[in-house]
Amino acid sequence: MDTTHKKLLTIITEAVLEPRLIDLVREMGATGYTVTEARGSGSRGVRSAGWMHNGNVRLEVICTDEVAAKISEYLQAHFYADYAMVSFVIDVGVLRADKF
Amino acid sequence: MDPVIWFFLLGVLAGVMRSDLRMPKAVYELLSMLLLLTIGLKGGVELAQQPIGRLVPQVLAVASIGLIVPLAVFAAIRALSSVERADAASLAAHYGSVSVATYAVGVSFLATRGVPFDGQLPLFLVILEVPAIMVGIVLAKGLSAGSNWGAVAHEVFLGKSIVLLLGGLTIGALTGPEGIEPLEPLFFDLFKGVLALFLLEMGLIAAGQAGALRRRAVLVVVTGLLTPIPAATLGIAIGHLIGLNLGGMTLLGVLAGSASYIAAPAAIRIAVPDANPSLSLSASLGITFPFNIFVGVPLYFEIAGWFSGAGAGG
Repeated sequence: MDTTHKKLLTIITEAVLEPRLIDLVREMGATGYTVTEARGSGSRGVRSAGWMHNGNVRLEVICTDEVAAKISEYLQAHFYADYAMVSFVIDVGVLRADKF
Repeated sequence: MDPVIWFFLLGVLAGVMRSDLRMPKAVYELLSMLLLLTIGLKGGVELAQQPIGRLVPQVLAVASIGLIVPLAVFAAIRALSSVERADAASLAAHYGSVSVATYAVGVSFLATRGVPFDGQLPLFLVILEVPAIMVGIVLAKGLSAGSNWGAVAHEVFLGKSIVLLLGGLTIGALTGPEGIEPLEPLFFDLFKGVLALFLLEMGLIAAGQAGALRRRAVLVVVTGLLTPIPAATLGIAIGHLIGLNLGGMTLLGVLAGSASYIAAPAAIRIAVPDANPSLSLSASLGITFPFNIFVGVPLYFEIAGWFSGAGAGG
């Protein structure tokens, strides 16, 4: 199997940020994204997703190293202080390199 | 007591005792859609029979509530506590804006007693939802906050409550009483049942919010208990001034005394991110909402009766 190296950037944050983050990753050069609803607990308490404003989303983006770094830096500068947010980057191998 | 209130208590009890009772998110959303559309449709049908000329001054008078309440709440909190500007502004926005569920409980209360209310009230509900949120944002950030006004306006004006209320009003006004008849079984006949289920979920949420009440508990409880009655009295007085009937004054009081827990939290989270969201939410949902449905609604009915003179009060 012949795979190409890409980054998988995962952002877990407050549902209220979803529209802004989608605009952001698009602007920064990502070609696509996947959003799923999420719940869990962390330093900002339980995020139960019991109703709309207490919900979390998990936004995943497969992109190049540069785009992943750019988005991560932006997140850290603009959202980390005030919002419940976790993001991390892992290496992945993809089959169709031109898709990302 | 109105039977629907028992469902709220059941929800609170189940939440406090950590029952596994949980309403699926989609069901909750459907119930809130039904409530919003019912309120809108009912208002639209009755609004169509009103002269527009009479509405304009009334709408302006009602909108002033949405400016006065948040400014007063902000000034009082800043003067009496050490709360940061952003948090005080967030509370001001929540208390100036309105709660549809509290309004629905008010409608149910009046229906139980056979008290009619003016057809403009659903329109006033829409009018009161927005301005206080804007005032709160300006109080927190100043007018120059500019960067996010687009996102905030989108959140406020295209939020589902405004879209469904205005949509219901318009459809109701266009189709009129006869046109709406086929829809009555779903929207009007089921109103109390839908409200009961909705309040069950509200009870579960309120129990969670009250449980999250740790930091600044005194501020939250004091704000949550002391704001509704003066604000509602202002609403009733303005209702009296613009010539509403007993039911209308009561509901305008309910609106003015209620605190938002859907539109305001979402908009404030985006526009004033440094405000602590759980502070305002636990005050509006954990304290003020239960206070209003148990104590507030009957009390505002009494006050409205006092305003409308002898013989009208409960």
